[in-house]
Amino acid sequence: MNDDQHQSPPAQGMRVPEKRIAVSRRAFLKGSGLAAAGVTALSAGSLMVPAREALAASFTHLGPGVGKTLLVMARDIFPHDKISDRFYMLAIEPYDAAAAKDPALAKLIGDGIAQLDALATAQFGKPYAEVPTETERLTLLYTIEHGAFFQKIKGDMVTGFYNNKAVWPLFGEEGSSWEKGGYVDRGFDDLDWLPKA
Amino acid sequence: MSKTFSKDDNSVVVIVGSGAGGGTLADELTREGVDVVILEAGKHHTQEDFENDEWAMFAKISWLDKRISAGGWHHTETYPNLPAWIVKGVGGSTMHWSGLALRFMAHEFKTLSTYGKVPGANVLDWPISYEELAPYYEIAERKMGVAGTKASGLPPMPPNNHYKVIEAGARKIGYKDIVRPVASNTRPNDGRPACQQIGYCMQGCKIGAKWSTLYSEIPRAMKTGHAELRPQSMVLRIEHDSSGKATGVLYADKDGNQHLQKARVVCVAGNSIESPRLLLNSASSMFPNGLANSSGQVGRNYMNHTTAAALTINPGPVYMYRGFDIAAVVSDEVPNNPDRGFMGGYHLEGLALHLPFAAAFMKPGGWGREVSSALEKFDHMSCVWVCGEDLAQEENSITLHATEKDQHGLPIPIVTKTDHTNDAAMRRHGLAQWRKLSEAVGATRVIDMPPYPASHNMGTNRMSEKASDGVVNKWGQTHDIKNLFVSDGSQFTSSGAANPTLTIVALAIRQAEYIAGAMRRREL
Repeated sequence: MNDDQHQSPPAQGMRVPEKRIAVSRRAFLKGSGLAAAGVTALSAGSLMVPAREALAASFTHLGPGVGKTLLVMARDIFPHDKISDRFYMLAIEPYDAAAAKDPALAKLIGDGIAQLDALATAQFGKPYAEVPTETERLTLLYTIEHGAFFQKIKGDMVTGFYNNKAVWPLFGEEGSSWEKGGYVDRGFDDLDWLPKA
Repeated sequence: MSKTFSKDDNSVVVIVGSGAGGGTLADELTREGVDVVILEAGKHHTQEDFENDEWAMFAKISWLDKRISAGGWHHTETYPNLPAWIVKGVGGSTMHWSGLALRFMAHEFKTLSTYGKVPGANVLDWPISYEELAPYYEIAERKMGVAGTKASGLPPMPPNNHYKVIEAGARKIGYKDIVRPVASNTRPNDGRPACQQIGYCMQGCKIGAKWSTLYSEIPRAMKTGHAELRPQSMVLRIEHDSSGKATGVLYADKDGNQHLQKARVVCVAGNSIESPRLLLNSASSMFPNGLANSSGQVGRNYMNHTTAAALTINPGPVYMYRGFDIAAVVSDEVPNNPDRGFMGGYHLEGLALHLPFAAAFMKPGGWGREVSSALEKFDHMSCVWVCGEDLAQEENSITLHATEKDQHGLPIPIVTKTDHTNDAAMRRHGLAQWRKLSEAVGATRVIDMPPYPASHNMGTNRMSEKASDGVVNKWGQTHDIKNLFVSDGSQFTSSGAANPTLTIVALAIRQAEYIAGAMRRREL
């Protein structure tokens, strides 16, 4: 899953952390529904993708349909093909509990999805989440991107997704370092691919 | 041995704010045996509270009281209620500052003489010269421990990956003046440890290697027995007597209770939005336009540097966040060279971001594969911040909202900023040069970013020779009120191309010397 090997000169001396997520067996089983005994670390690409429906089932208040639509939308907003649905789900699942307490939010989401699905049905004969290609779905999102619903979901995704420490390894972000003594002995100056001056 | 002063003690110097200006002033005055009361609006955080986490620290230490972005700048869209990114807390923005300690160049003190009258701008010479400030720059560099300077004797900060990739590109396109004077210890110094290349410098240095008044000047002032620090004390107005002399300040404590602290001298160091706001909010029947505002320049000439930023995707991994946050700084474009199509100059400053801030600032409002495909190369990124001279314009200002009030019942500030054509030309030039620099080392993509919320806020109580042109004289003393001083970056007559902290500290050292002397001579 380390995409550096395709596009970068070999980095012999550099400390290049693998872009994968360490998953505890328990969390893995919970997250994937797979009985993969003994597996403690997996590259993101090899994670079995659980059915969207199973993930969306956690939307007990707004309902699984809303959960699935938000999930597809979250992926279309910040698409990372190598990152599985469950990390997108982590960014959007707080809406379910929040909407239970906040009728204005519930209405914003409900109305927003109704509008999006109406556009999708008019154009493609099916709701947004069922429109098969990203290109087609994007034409729908461009129509609503300046509206409050889209702005809300997109704005929250910036922190809900990219500020989730669980996805950082997939981007090569190593996170908090002070407790590890910083980088003074861990590669702050190990860049080795520049041509010699 | 912290001291407690009576609120009726009118022999004390009251310092409003505890950042680079206020914290330094407290340290320098107490060394001279002057009693000071420091009123700080924010909380007293300690290094225990610091986390290596961009958003957590943003929420914890930023000044988040409501402000409004107005005018023609990008911030009205991108950051409508966050024009400035500064700190509310003991130590002020020295918690968040990058540590880059650059001096102004000589011509930057003489902008009117150097550039001539610039249409649409309100440029003016400082009433002091580089030569007059140079000895105080020396003291400041020693006090702050600026690595690689003669004054501090500290070795330079060792190059990190981010430094190396920028330096290589800079040299390839012919740049020669590549510097990195950063106020972080490269060996144990002044009771603080050496930098461990932790990164997250702008989230508060976890080990205190980077200089901050929070753990340098403030505790030192307290130890003298001449200082009292009152955190969570928001100054609401400055009081004066019938002769027009400042007599004390009214402030609200953390519970909203109001207190009047009497004073012999009042020094305002609340950064360039709160300082003019306080003077304007102190309007009285004697001073209907606000204190020290006979010139009408209080709150005017707001400058926050001509800035832009860009992320570069390099052909190999960089991990720009490993090590000190400031990487290589290119100074070749700082000298004034009007042939480039603008007055003044700029620095290209390597400044690392972590993934969450890269995602937030790369393209505010942006989405889709344009954004996500770039972020997938986060580990290959380098990042520049262009920091250039911002010409003073009268209309760029801090004003008071007509109706909207804050939690203390005071009008909230409106921060109005519109680019001068000079700013726009400089920004374009800086981004184009960065692109060349990046491509020289094989960059595959360069993404221009809009300016961040302003961390360098200057000019709103500016220094001037003549009382009609500005708010304070060459000592930071207001032209109108002898015992009222301004001790922060709002004194700046021009912005220069340098990050302001070192100059704020140098001015505060010089001002303390003047205040202590004037008090001894009974002139104050």
